[in-house]
Amino acid sequence: MELIGKTTIDFIGKRNISFVISSIIALIGIIGIIQIARGAANMGIDFSGGTALQLKFSQPILLEQAREALARHNLKEANLQEIKDGNKLLIKVGKANIAMGKVADTIEEVFKKELPGNSFVVESSTEIGPSIGDKLRKDTLIAVAISMLGIILYIAWRFDIKFGVGAAVATLHDVLAMFAVFFVCSKEVNLLFITAVLTIAGYSLTDTVVVFDRIRENMHKDLKGAMQTIFNKSINEVLSRTIVTSLTAFLAALSLFFFGGEVIHDFAFALVIGIAVGTYSSVFVASPIVALWEGKAVKAKA
Amino acid sequence: MSKGLTWRISLIVLFLLFSALYLTPTLVGKLPSWWKGILPKDKIHLGLDLQGGSHLVMEVETQKAVEGSLDLIATDLEDSLNAQSTRFKRIVRIGADRVQLVLYDKVSAETVQKFVKKKYPELEILPSFDEGGFVNLQIRMNEKEAESRKDRAVAQALETIRNRIDQFGVSEPIIQREGINHIVVQLPGIKDPKRAIELIGKTARLEFKLVDENINAAAATPSSIPEDEELLAEKKVDAATGAVTEIPLVVKKKAMITGELLTDAQVRIDSQFNQPYVAIEFNSTGAKLFDQVTAANVGKRFAIVLDNTIYSAPVIRERISGGSAQITGSFTDKDAADLSIVLRAGSLPAPVKIIQNVTVGPSLGQDSIHKGLLAGLVGVVLVVVFMAIYYKLSGLLANMGMVLNVIFLMGALAALGATLTLPGIAAIVLLIGMSVDSNVLVFERIREELRLGKTPKAGVDAGYDKAFLTIMDSHVTTLITAAVLFQFGTGPVKGFAVSLSLGIIINLFTSLVATKVVFDLVLRRSKVKRISI
Repeated sequence: MELIGKTTIDFIGKRNISFVISSIIALIGIIGIIQIARGAANMGIDFSGGTALQLKFSQPILLEQAREALARHNLKEANLQEIKDGNKLLIKVGKANIAMGKVADTIEEVFKKELPGNSFVVESSTEIGPSIGDKLRKDTLIAVAISMLGIILYIAWRFDIKFGVGAAVATLHDVLAMFAVFFVCSKEVNLLFITAVLTIAGYSLTDTVVVFDRIRENMHKDLKGAMQTIFNKSINEVLSRTIVTSLTAFLAALSLFFFGGEVIHDFAFALVIGIAVGTYSSVFVASPIVALWEGKAVKAKA
Repeated sequence: MSKGLTWRISLIVLFLLFSALYLTPTLVGKLPSWWKGILPKDKIHLGLDLQGGSHLVMEVETQKAVEGSLDLIATDLEDSLNAQSTRFKRIVRIGADRVQLVLYDKVSAETVQKFVKKKYPELEILPSFDEGGFVNLQIRMNEKEAESRKDRAVAQALETIRNRIDQFGVSEPIIQREGINHIVVQLPGIKDPKRAIELIGKTARLEFKLVDENINAAAATPSSIPEDEELLAEKKVDAATGAVTEIPLVVKKKAMITGELLTDAQVRIDSQFNQPYVAIEFNSTGAKLFDQVTAANVGKRFAIVLDNTIYSAPVIRERISGGSAQITGSFTDKDAADLSIVLRAGSLPAPVKIIQNVTVGPSLGQDSIHKGLLAGLVGVVLVVVFMAIYYKLSGLLANMGMVLNVIFLMGALAALGATLTLPGIAAIVLLIGMSVDSNVLVFERIREELRLGKTPKAGVDAGYDKAFLTIMDSHVTTLITAAVLFQFGTGPVKGFAVSLSLGIIINLFTSLVATKVVFDLVLRRSKVKRISI
């Protein structure tokens, strides 16, 4: 079976459209990252420090009621989130007026007192001091930087610097796109999200490498042809495998998203977005950049 | 059969056997009695997020340890100078790194300097100076000495915490030092995390201090009492209502006896009131000291202070020799048990602060396992069905490679004694989708070669050959990020990195070698005209 037969789509010719779209996505991503750096985005407590508590109640809870109960006890800044299946409530408190180590206890006390008829069990509780959050933020930045550098160096070594930069820009684009989506949906940016981002940074290169390999092969075969033609031909030739490889990983990520449970729900969401964007970028971002650059190089030689 | 083929098939079978061997302890609930010797016993450990438990990071306040030892030096100097009747006005620790002695004249200053040099050669004596008719002499602990004391404090705290956890009874705890002053504690499957955390984090500094009953404690403030005394509170809990009352008491700052002199602490039940108490035993030094102190202070009250809270302050009715005493107070059986544990395990050299506490209840862990498995199952079905439809028989072959990939990965995880976390399960699910990728690349290439009119055998060979580099490249880039994640990640993220990187390495073998074997077997006789791809 074949999903798509032989195609002759002019991918490179559409670069103006794709560059505009990608620039907008990247811009939103950059804004998102700036907001995160300023602490204005929805940060997980592993980065910002604070307390998170997940409670499972015996009866349905009204968010309003729970919020008021906490507000009456000096916990106005608590962020509440209902988990749909099974009367679960996720309570997040950043910096509070209550000493670290006491927040979780206080929240439990409040619900015991204010909602006496509705018993609950603590499913998980996390308390993170500000010093840990700072260290983690620093470590994460280093991790992202090292991965990026490693990838650029590897691709530059395997291909050449033009391909290396093309791949790096595409990877950066994928990362920014994931930040953009999380920022726009105001989903929590936590350590698991960063894990997903780095995973995608590595994985999205699969498609890019597939396309680049073919481009290189065709460039060797056809030394005189116009760059645009060679690039378009190459992308079209490998289009179906680019899509199929992504599709299988996409299916796996999708099943994590739907069935993996609340703990990794957002993580799976990030993967789903990343895989989709990664495929788009290898065709519409990485290749056009190299094509432009190679085209100029050839012209310069002539 | 060609030589290479036998070789490759044996390798696959061998790996399968190894995987089965290493996975046996994980899959079989109870190992049979003949399973011993060199046979592996390590299971795949479940991370705290899957089996429930607490992950704690504690910071040892090492500066306090330095200050504590300077306080001890000050007290010791006071005692020694009194003993050799050298007169002094005041000896006190000032700032973070020095002890200040205020003396009456130059002669005694010289005596003191000599004495300090002999007794504390590691300390630095600053030049003395005149201060309003008195001689001010300061002794400094230099940075190197302070650093080494801090280091020892962390090592000692680690040992103490390990002791406490051992006595509390947690199976397979992990207690290790991290960085300069952090201690990481993992308590899998802990039932009562709050109690455990309280037990671990308690400084447990036990002191016996004399109560000054000449001062009305109820009206006293920290500034209104003499300099060598302090205001502490005795906590009383009403057994019936649970209400806590605090009774202020003024006690001497200087502890007569401290917890270091204990050899044992046990919970006993008072037969008269059916109340638990803790019976303590002193070592010979402690017993002698206790004997002396009680003999000299009959009729006075003796406060038993733990971490600056008074447990009880009984009146000394008579001289107590023999070296045993009791700590009574209003506590429950659990309180008494925990108190005896911390007294036996010893006090922490400095207070610890819990800076990270991640606790997962067992129900959520169980739920995560179920959901992770369900997601995995759905992922497998989706990928298998898709591949079978898209690449027909060859697709099934890729599916076989994927199954092998997962089996080998589980075997490797078991062999390494790795920890499986929920993100680790996610990595395996993701891997199911990624592991067929290599075969997709190969198959597409084979299709291409076949379109060029090659024979099935030539097409398959060329397909595997030409796709090889592409597959390598894509694997290496994923490995780079997985390695970085492994390096920087902790706990669940590390689990993800381990599963992902191992899975990708194994994938090279299963998708390139294992699936190729089947093609080679089928295409051995060159009669095959068409392959199902």
